[in-house]
Amino acid sequence: MSEKVLMKGNEALAEAALMAGCRHYLGYPITPQTEVAAYMAKRMPQVGGVFLQAESEIAAINMVIGVSSAGKRAMTSSSSPGISLKSEGLSYLAGCDLPALVVNVQRGGPGLGGIQPSQSDYFEATRGAGHGDFRMIVLAPASVQEMASLTIKGFELADKYRMTSMILADGVLGQMMEPVSLDFGEIKTFDKPWALTGTGGKRKPNIVNSLYMDPAELEQLNFERYARYQSVCENEVMIEEYMMEDAEICVVAYGAVARVSKNAINEARARGVKVGMIRPITLWPFPKAALRAAAERVRAFVTVELSMGQMVDDVELATRCMRPVLLCNRTGGMIPAPEEVLAKIFEADSIGGAK
Amino acid sequence: MAVVFKKPDALTDAVLHYCPGCTHGIIHRLVAEAIDELGICGDTIGVAPVGCSVFAYNYFNCDMVEAAHGRAPAVATGLKRADPSKIIFTYQGDGDLAAIGTAETVHSAARGENITVIFVNNAIYGMTGGQMAPTTLPGQVTQTSPYGRKPELVGLPVKVCEMLSQVDGATYLERVSVDSVANIAKAKRAITKAFRNQVEGKGFSLIEVLSTCPTNWGLTPVKALEWLRENMIPYYPLGVYKDISDEKGAK
Amino acid sequence: MTTQILIAGFGGQGVLFTGKFLAYAGLLEGRELSWLPSYGPEMRGGTANCSVILSDTPVGSPIVTHPDVLIAMNLPSLDKFEKDVVPGGKIFVDSSLISRKVERSDVEAYYIPATALASQENLDGLANMIMLGKVIRETEAVPYSCVDSTMTKVVSARHTDLIDANKRAIALGYGK
Repeated sequence: MSEKVLMKGNEALAEAALMAGCRHYLGYPITPQTEVAAYMAKRMPQVGGVFLQAESEIAAINMVIGVSSAGKRAMTSSSSPGISLKSEGLSYLAGCDLPALVVNVQRGGPGLGGIQPSQSDYFEATRGAGHGDFRMIVLAPASVQEMASLTIKGFELADKYRMTSMILADGVLGQMMEPVSLDFGEIKTFDKPWALTGTGGKRKPNIVNSLYMDPAELEQLNFERYARYQSVCENEVMIEEYMMEDAEICVVAYGAVARVSKNAINEARARGVKVGMIRPITLWPFPKAALRAAAERVRAFVTVELSMGQMVDDVELATRCMRPVLLCNRTGGMIPAPEEVLAKIFEADSIGGAK
Repeated sequence: MAVVFKKPDALTDAVLHYCPGCTHGIIHRLVAEAIDELGICGDTIGVAPVGCSVFAYNYFNCDMVEAAHGRAPAVATGLKRADPSKIIFTYQGDGDLAAIGTAETVHSAARGENITVIFVNNAIYGMTGGQMAPTTLPGQVTQTSPYGRKPELVGLPVKVCEMLSQVDGATYLERVSVDSVANIAKAKRAITKAFRNQVEGKGFSLIEVLSTCPTNWGLTPVKALEWLRENMIPYYPLGVYKDISDEKGAK
Repeated sequence: MTTQILIAGFGGQGVLFTGKFLAYAGLLEGRELSWLPSYGPEMRGGTANCSVILSDTPVGSPIVTHPDVLIAMNLPSLDKFEKDVVPGGKIFVDSSLISRKVERSDVEAYYIPATALASQENLDGLANMIMLGKVIRETEAVPYSCVDSTMTKVVSARHTDLIDANKRAIALGYGK
């Protein structure tokens, strides 16, 4: 383990991207993720990489498409309104089966919204990141350490499955400093025989494309793509379980608000309530199996979210609605205090019914 | 037996899908000849647009990527920045380059991206069935300007070479036409120079090629060429709009 | 032990830097910690605050809603956060900028005329460090012995000329 350093989440993420071998950052300024761009602007020239401030979010994601087409690790970062603009490119990345790392340091919405922390892009990230049948791997860090380690993981998974990995963070994680170790061991890389590197007159042209005029061909491609997605679901789900061994109430929370929830869980435990937490680290694939198994043991679930309850559906689906799912939420950039989560845990404890 | 005429090596054997009389075929050939002459096919990566030439990725015998509508210059920027030793060109129509992709066009020029842009201007949206383009002439009838383009309602055409000539980052801008043998020869020289500029690291080159769309103009191929000469060339004068290739020198 | 610290004042008073100092001190002491600034337009002259948590166990929420220690650098900050301090907590007031007293009786209040002291001692702009010196004396957040090493770590290379003044300000607040 290397010496720990103190870094902001946004900066740890950027440094980890460099360690993952990313030498192309294409972005556009927006609060609260600007530190990522600023860090890259400083560091990329030092490591012989490319930092480019694009004319728009749309241009930035399309530059990512260009770099990724060439077989190089590419990333862009933005915050909620900017991600909406990138949605066209996210669809094309999927249609072309190109790997990419896209960071969303979320802020409150809809519209221009605010600049304070939010998780209101959950639907967008896990469902509707653009038109067409496709998925993205969605990683939800809850610490500065994970801002870094999930960035490494994100690049590796993106290359392995030829998908977009999205880091779904929020302003708290981006802005906060914590000690972080930047020792990630060996970084995995993958051969990219499909990359556009010039034929050199030695092979047939490679074509990166998402257009298929023959519906049968497009259907077949979608089937094959979803078979690949299925293997992501089977192999790449990540969660943290906290005090779940004997839990009767299960909190489901991700990102910074999972840490607020931990405070509340500790307090509830001190007051005799058997509560634990399943923290999805991958939001897609969603940890269905872990939640389904928990539903056999607990009396109720509480999702804690910085949104109007966008994750509730997923918890209900994963648990087949076997147990009540309560929602503790704040939105618009507000964050619940541990007492608010605690109150909801007590409510769940009182209405949870027989085990 | 001596071969006096053959398909350029930089074109595949795929049969072009273009309408009879459409000049895309000529322009494809000129691009391919330029690539052959410079001997760069193995290092070239093309970016296809959305529009009639969307299938360009099947026709050029080099690595190709199909970009979203208007985004070809951004994709080309990414490719070039990923490996500056590769030769990157985009092939775009007027809707793609001068409407939805205006920002990408202007800013890739402003950055002086060392890429080659082939801009095919036929004053209409061809693939979607003949709608008004940013380059549709005043009074020109299209599906979405059925009474003729009315400047008082929808403004005047965008003159891309003139506009980009004001962008300091651009190196070489020329408007050519493929309506006659003489003009085709000039177009060939311009396109070859635009690629050579990139090989020599001279920056952003864009060749605007006035082109016909017999199908959507509702004219025979011959009449379409006449219409181009009589209507487009007066509005979009041919010539060099900017050329600082010599000042740029090899980078 | 966990110490939750909230530092609040105007932008430009060194609120974030004070927090950074505590965070780096915690890092050098091998403790668990988090540092979280308020961000956005506040940076440009409005109110600024900063949450620092130092702990022997992993830090949960990085947001300090109930501080053990409140450092109030101006009146709006005292008005806003006094009620949130835990019973038995400590409030440090820059009494040269805040004329009123702490109203609560279940907390310990310390009044330091930090801004005035800084002026007198030719330490302009270092009222925050004088406050910090007092905090170090009156709490167990970080030991005084870590000041030298922390200062070297937290002051960027191009401002090393400021190290001595900062250390002097902390010493002044500490009463050394």
